Amino acid sequence: MGTRRDFLKGVLAGSAAATAGAVASPALARETRPRPPEALGLLYDSTLCVGCKACVAACKTANENPAEFSTLDHLWDTPLDTSGYTFNLIKMYRNGTMDAKDQETNGFAFMKTSCMHCGDPSCVSACPVSAMTKDPVTGVVGYNPDKCIGCRYCVAACPFGIPKYQYDSPTGRIGKCELCRHRHKDGHYSACAEVCPTGATLFGRTEDLLAEAKRRLAMKPGEMNRFPRGHLRHAQEKALQGKPDGKGVMMRAGWRDEPDQSYETQAGKYLQHVYGEKEYGGTQVLKLSGVNFQKLGMPDLPPDAAAAMSETIQHTLYGGLLMPFAVLGAMTFVAKRNVKPEDDESGKEGT
Amino acid sequence: MANHNHAAPAPVGGSLVNALTLTCGVLIALMVAILMVRFLFGLGSVTALNDGYPWGIWVVVDVVIGSAFACGGFSVAMLVYIFNKGEYHPLVRPALLASLFGYTLAGAGVIFDLGRPWNVWHMFNPWSINLNSVMFEVAVCISLYIIVMWIEFSPVILEQQGKLELKKKVGRAMFFIIALGTLLPMMHQSSLGTLLVVLGVQIHPLWQTPIQPALYLLSAITMGYAVVLFESCLTSTAYRRKIEGHLLTPLAKIMLGFLAVYLVIRIADLVVRGALPRAFVPSIEALCFWIEMLSFIVPLILIGAEDNRRNPARLFLAGVLLMLGGAMLRLNGFLIGYETIVGDSGGFSYFPTLAEVLVTAGMFALEVLGYIIITRRFPVLPREAATH
Repeated sequence: MGTRRDFLKGVLAGSAAATAGAVASPALARETRPRPPEALGLLYDSTLCVGCKACVAACKTANENPAEFSTLDHLWDTPLDTSGYTFNLIKMYRNGTMDAKDQETNGFAFMKTSCMHCGDPSCVSACPVSAMTKDPVTGVVGYNPDKCIGCRYCVAACPFGIPKYQYDSPTGRIGKCELCRHRHKDGHYSACAEVCPTGATLFGRTEDLLAEAKRRLAMKPGEMNRFPRGHLRHAQEKALQGKPDGKGVMMRAGWRDEPDQSYETQAGKYLQHVYGEKEYGGTQVLKLSGVNFQKLGMPDLPPDAAAAMSETIQHTLYGGLLMPFAVLGAMTFVAKRNVKPEDDESGKEGT
Repeated sequence: MANHNHAAPAPVGGSLVNALTLTCGVLIALMVAILMVRFLFGLGSVTALNDGYPWGIWVVVDVVIGSAFACGGFSVAMLVYIFNKGEYHPLVRPALLASLFGYTLAGAGVIFDLGRPWNVWHMFNPWSINLNSVMFEVAVCISLYIIVMWIEFSPVILEQQGKLELKKKVGRAMFFIIALGTLLPMMHQSSLGTLLVVLGVQIHPLWQTPIQPALYLLSAITMGYAVVLFESCLTSTAYRRKIEGHLLTPLAKIMLGFLAVYLVIRIADLVVRGALPRAFVPSIEALCFWIEMLSFIVPLILIGAEDNRRNPARLFLAGVLLMLGGAMLRLNGFLIGYETIVGDSGGFSYFPTLAEVLVTAGMFALEVLGYIIITRRFPVLPREAATH
């Protein structure tokens, strides 16, 4: 009976170890990562958006993506959702008689759907082969098809439903917004912000965009105010304009110079919430709206990123391979005692 | 190890061509044809996968559930060699064989599902691997475990080939191989649960918890024993052999021990997280939750009493129910309780196509066919005392 007691002890100890390992001690917990200080992003202001979809077309061109059709005549690019070939889309919220813009009941509103460039992205944590990476300086979440194995864990992991796979191709890739990082070296910023006629999509440093968002939230609805277009200049940027040679072609941040396109218009009626300021520890794309964000398809997310919890568990169990080696050592010791070399006892019939 | 009286393993013999093996052959041929279409025209040409449900039955059934079903080898080997219960030795080889097939095919099955399979070597490229990724941990452990299991099983093949010298050499290192073969499934079976953690609020609260690794590991061990019960009963019936009641009855008791620990942790977690009320909200998720939980609880009633554990029919039924419960835990977590955009289906739905089901069936047929061929030709099952 002694062996049975030992066995039961073993079961209990094993179960306890598995549970103890799973419930991480706070000292090892990995905190949700904030955005990098120089993170780049977008500010999308739903109240300024007129739904022209110039950004959708510009995104297709900039990323050399084909048109997707949802109408019989196949005349226009009409994707119904983002996909492996559509990285940016303007969706429309409608309710009742649709009398007024940015109104929840009997109204309508627009919402931009594209990568949020999370401070602590689930897709980057999930990717087994580092095909999805976060730039340590700009914070842009980029994709490398030469490493991607197509497991689609990133597709499953993203709470915004952003990375998408090309199921119709034998060599399908993951498609997602990379903030036009391939255009940055030529001084071009995100195409969607570059073409936006009302400044509803604005490009810039996320910290600056956040300050701009808060400035708008403080405005009185209907009051005339100045709104920038294209890319939001850094507060100190004007003083530092120009290359060292003084020709002034490039901005300090490296973006092509362009005339100030700001304009005056009436401030919208904002909800007092900058979406992306705190969600999942903060995203680099921020959003303002007059209609509840969940109604516009944005998920209600906690302030901690799921990646932090996942990596806390992973590293508690496998950090430095300490736990596996300890278990392996114990198992080897016990097995050595219990397994005789000739123990695979064929031919030992009836011993 | 104590001296136990058990018969040495021996080939069962008999013909390899019968209705069952022919059916398996047809299913395998269909699978190959579908996979050709899949690799020529993309995943979308044969599957119902979409961006709302990027993982279908090839991942959830073939790999996540399939590998848990294949835990018999690990569960029994742990019992015999780690807990030193030598009397269960006759169960080791058949259980290991089933595991070997389950895992090898799960490993191969992953390739069918990968969208860019030619890049799979990056999983082992030190400049690519991501140590933060749970998927990386699962992939490396499963790959290693498949190799370890083939070494564990190699004495059977070497014995049949008459290479006794080499068999002896392998035998000397066997204690370490067995230790590895216990550690690796513990690692990846728990991590298969951890895979869900990064999906965050997209997973229904009944199945999203930081103690995923404990739940998935304990249920996999329980399923391992359940599969051994199931297979032993089935093999005995199919080959008209005696049921190994003297082994299965105490094995079932050990299985119930793991099951009890699992249930305590599972229910305590639901209560602590405050998720339990969600099980009483009428929904498809709640229904599936109760199917899962009842499949785990009913076996306690069926074979809780010692007398009932001597009844092969009850053992078989309990085994089947526990396999179902473990499968439901995984199906619920990965598919039923998964919602791609929280609070909004986004218009996405998933139900497997006939082609997907046929590929899964083909993989299963391959396992059954392999098991039949090997047990009839290699020394796996214990020699029958009475000639038949």
